[in-house]
Amino acid sequence: MFRRLSFALTPGAACHITGANGAGKTTLIRAVAGLTTPYAGTVVRTGALALLDERTGLDPDLPLGRALAFWFGLDGADEAATIMARLRLDPLAEVPVRYLSTGQKKRAALARVLGQQAPIWLLDEPLSGLDTASQGLVSTLVREHCEGGGTALIASHQPLDVPGMTSFAIEDFAPLEAEEYEA
Amino acid sequence: MIAALLRRDLAQFFPFTGSGAALPVVFFVAVAMLFPFAVGPDANLLAKTGGGVVWIAALLAAILPLEKLVARDIELGFFDQLKLRGLAEEAMMAVRLIAHWLSFGPPLLLATFPAAALLKIEGETFQILLLGLAAGTPGLAAIGLMIAALTASLRAGAALSGLLLIPLALPILIFGAGALARQDQVSLGFVAAISLALVALAPFAAGAAIRAAREN
Repeated sequence: MFRRLSFALTPGAACHITGANGAGKTTLIRAVAGLTTPYAGTVVRTGALALLDERTGLDPDLPLGRALAFWFGLDGADEAATIMARLRLDPLAEVPVRYLSTGQKKRAALARVLGQQAPIWLLDEPLSGLDTASQGLVSTLVREHCEGGGTALIASHQPLDVPGMTSFAIEDFAPLEAEEYEA
Repeated sequence: MIAALLRRDLAQFFPFTGSGAALPVVFFVAVAMLFPFAVGPDANLLAKTGGGVVWIAALLAAILPLEKLVARDIELGFFDQLKLRGLAEEAMMAVRLIAHWLSFGPPLLLATFPAAALLKIEGETFQILLLGLAAGTPGLAAIGLMIAALTASLRAGAALSGLLLIPLALPILIFGAGALARQDQVSLGFVAAISLALVALAPFAAGAAIRAAREN
């Protein structure tokens, strides 16, 4: 999917990976998370990871409040109520997760990420399915996370408003076509 | 983390609190109830064959919960999230095995009382049946977990798990039901030994299976 790709992120830095659908953004994120082993190459990191992808990790049959409470309990999140209010999830606490809309599920997954208090955020398409207000909120959350010394790696084809964020297109590291190898 | 996970898994799978998890036990009793209708009410015949029927019913009941056992949480990204928090797949599967057995073994043992009454199984035969099921169900749960983890990423997983479980469960069935025919306790020792080996093996096999399912 990609080759000769190399980057380093220091605390406080955010990096935006752009690229078309299927270009390998998710694969890169999962490789950084250690969930996929790259064919060649290494990932070095210090600190815990929080991952947001298209799967929420929340039990679909449970009310949102209880489904999130499982992860909050596991991660020792002490500001569960604040996080829920921040992401406007309070009115949804009693609604089973399977009835939530795409955007609401995304916000719920973001709440899980916030509760994890991990220094490194891996966000895979954090903006997809969100309305304009929520998209702004994601940018704000990433900005605050980085100002607090956190690191964020974001794969998205939509723009984010985070000052000082670096960016690269994953297509620039696409493998060579067959004729280029021969040349 | 382990305790929280076990609580969550139990809530998922336990009969009457989980999502339709009472079904295997109801199914088990239903099979025991059907059998006298099929072969007639002759008490001697029922007592002689009933133990085997209970074992087969237990085996079939063990197949029912497999579909939801592992595949659903892979789809949810649940195991990925646990992995990011530093938990090994083997630990996740060990917890899942305990939760699976607790939600399936003890309720099945309780259901054996009405099932045995329907099939005129009494006295020492009933004791051996109960002991055999107590020794055998952890093994059935372990086989089930391994199969559920292996077939989690396959489309036809549900039907395939049933087919796979039957041959693998044969040793438990032979010694468990065999103990009834000969009325001996030695076979029960074999059932317990097979169960123990399977329970020890299952978390590693299932852990490797969900790791492999994640890579592709």
